[in-house]
Amino acid sequence: MSTVEIRLGGSGGQGLILAGIILAEAAILDGKISVQSQSYGPEARGGSSKAEVIISDGYITYPKVLRPDILLTLAFSAYSCYKKDVKENGMIIVDESIILPEEQSSVKVIQFPIIKTAQEVIGKSFVANIVSLGVLAELTKLVTKDSLEKAVLNRVPPGTEEINRKALLEGYNLVKMRGSEVWQRQMI
Amino acid sequence: MMATRLMQGNEAVVEGAIAAGLKFYAGYPITPSTEIAELCAEKLPFVGGKFIQMEDEIASMAAVIGASLTGLKAMTATSGPGFSLKQENIGFAAIAEVPCVIADVQRRGPSTGMPTSPAQGDVMQSRWGTHGDHSIIVLSPSSVKEAYYVTIQAFNLSEKYRTPVIILMDEVIGHLREAVNLEEYKDIEIIERTMPQDKENYLPYQHIENGVAPLAPFGKGFRFHVTGLVHNEDGLPTNDPKVAEKLIERLVGKIENNKRDIVMFEEKYTEGGDVLIISFGSSARACEAAIENLKKEGIQAGLFRPIAIWPFPDERLKEIYPKFKKVFVVEMNTGQLYYEVDRIVKGDTYVGKINKFNGEFFTPCEIAEKIKESFKNGI
Repeated sequence: MSTVEIRLGGSGGQGLILAGIILAEAAILDGKISVQSQSYGPEARGGSSKAEVIISDGYITYPKVLRPDILLTLAFSAYSCYKKDVKENGMIIVDESIILPEEQSSVKVIQFPIIKTAQEVIGKSFVANIVSLGVLAELTKLVTKDSLEKAVLNRVPPGTEEINRKALLEGYNLVKMRGSEVWQRQMI
Repeated sequence: MMATRLMQGNEAVVEGAIAAGLKFYAGYPITPSTEIAELCAEKLPFVGGKFIQMEDEIASMAAVIGASLTGLKAMTATSGPGFSLKQENIGFAAIAEVPCVIADVQRRGPSTGMPTSPAQGDVMQSRWGTHGDHSIIVLSPSSVKEAYYVTIQAFNLSEKYRTPVIILMDEVIGHLREAVNLEEYKDIEIIERTMPQDKENYLPYQHIENGVAPLAPFGKGFRFHVTGLVHNEDGLPTNDPKVAEKLIERLVGKIENNKRDIVMFEEKYTEGGDVLIISFGSSARACEAAIENLKKEGIQAGLFRPIAIWPFPDERLKEIYPKFKKVFVVEMNTGQLYYEVDRIVKGDTYVGKINKFNGEFFTPCEIAEKIKESFKNGI
């Protein structure tokens, strides 16, 4: 059975919980089994927030992520807090604005200008979560683009469909322009 | 609408309730149950139902009782602090035999505790939170799909036995999103209230051994009295000790003597082994994963998961615990269901407890470690 565990970490208000919901829904549209959970503090914005998604082809017993295969983060606090949990053959996707400390690690770390793309190319910083999903999908092929687009359109507020669709495409482009190899999970 | 949907636990409660015929919701929102109120507000108007946000939890419970007496299926939802406030009126619903459903999505307490953190500290509050002798039905789901199923059963049991039924969830299941295929449940039986026939001689509290009389909806020409006082078969208050004894016996008996109809549980690998784990709600999922870890270490573990925790499925537990060397009760509190299990096992087998109460969810590893340790220490 193949199972991939993903954690999205950031600060409250960045929309990463919604991104987690969309990712899980896309996996379900692909016919996979998926669970999504989150944790957050009592505050409405700011504070730290984390969304977790497990995608599997079989029944998921334990619903939380303990050792993510993939960590995507848009905030330094989330990066420093969760990087130690990532599996050795896993991957960390980090926003380019975050200055990473130099350190030795077997985990692959890739940076993309996610927040900048949302702000400057789309013109709306609040779509950084959807740009993130585009990056994640292009890089990992965990969900099909068809299902992801459907899931995005299901869950974003009416009237924002076009900019969200564009945000997704810009996310794909960030990876294509980089020419990164597609991340392949080593089967255990 | 596609058949398989990604749904949150709280959302599944609302979907299940509407499938069971929910027509009235009154509540006062509280984390981590708020989505139940939000979605009822959104969805009830489309099925001819009503949503009211009341001034507090006490009033919401009262409104639910009132709505139910008019013949509507009614519910409310809350978390620990609000559940405490509802208790007096839950007792009223118990003695007045008014069907209603209360969802308690547990967070770490006591008091306001940790609003966004999971706990299972209301096991005993759900059983004994209201005063006086009574029995009650409490259902605790372990997955989103089970939340949908038990909500329908909560309404069915509350109608069948004219009793409040508690859905005891925890933050993990309340906020978890999983796929639910509603098609799977489309043939579930929905129990509706039976309508009495004789308007002249209607006795709303007629003595029926291990059962209940039909409840007439107010406004349909049946005149009767509803009170929290001990009452006659016609509903009028009395201090007659004979009537009181018979009433209390029937209130408790209608649930305890129908246990076989009410109990729900799931078991895995209970044919025998080293350790039997007893757990419920989200904790049971961590236990299931722990069982796989233990298997790799050569420890054979089974899982007994009551879905109805009250009345507790004691008959079945008595059949399976003797096949194991020891028993562990795993719960996110300092030990509550443990005492019920210990009472049933009665010292025949070692009963240990594994507890977590720091606002965090169990990891499978910590459960497996504690069990391994117990074998190392020769308990």
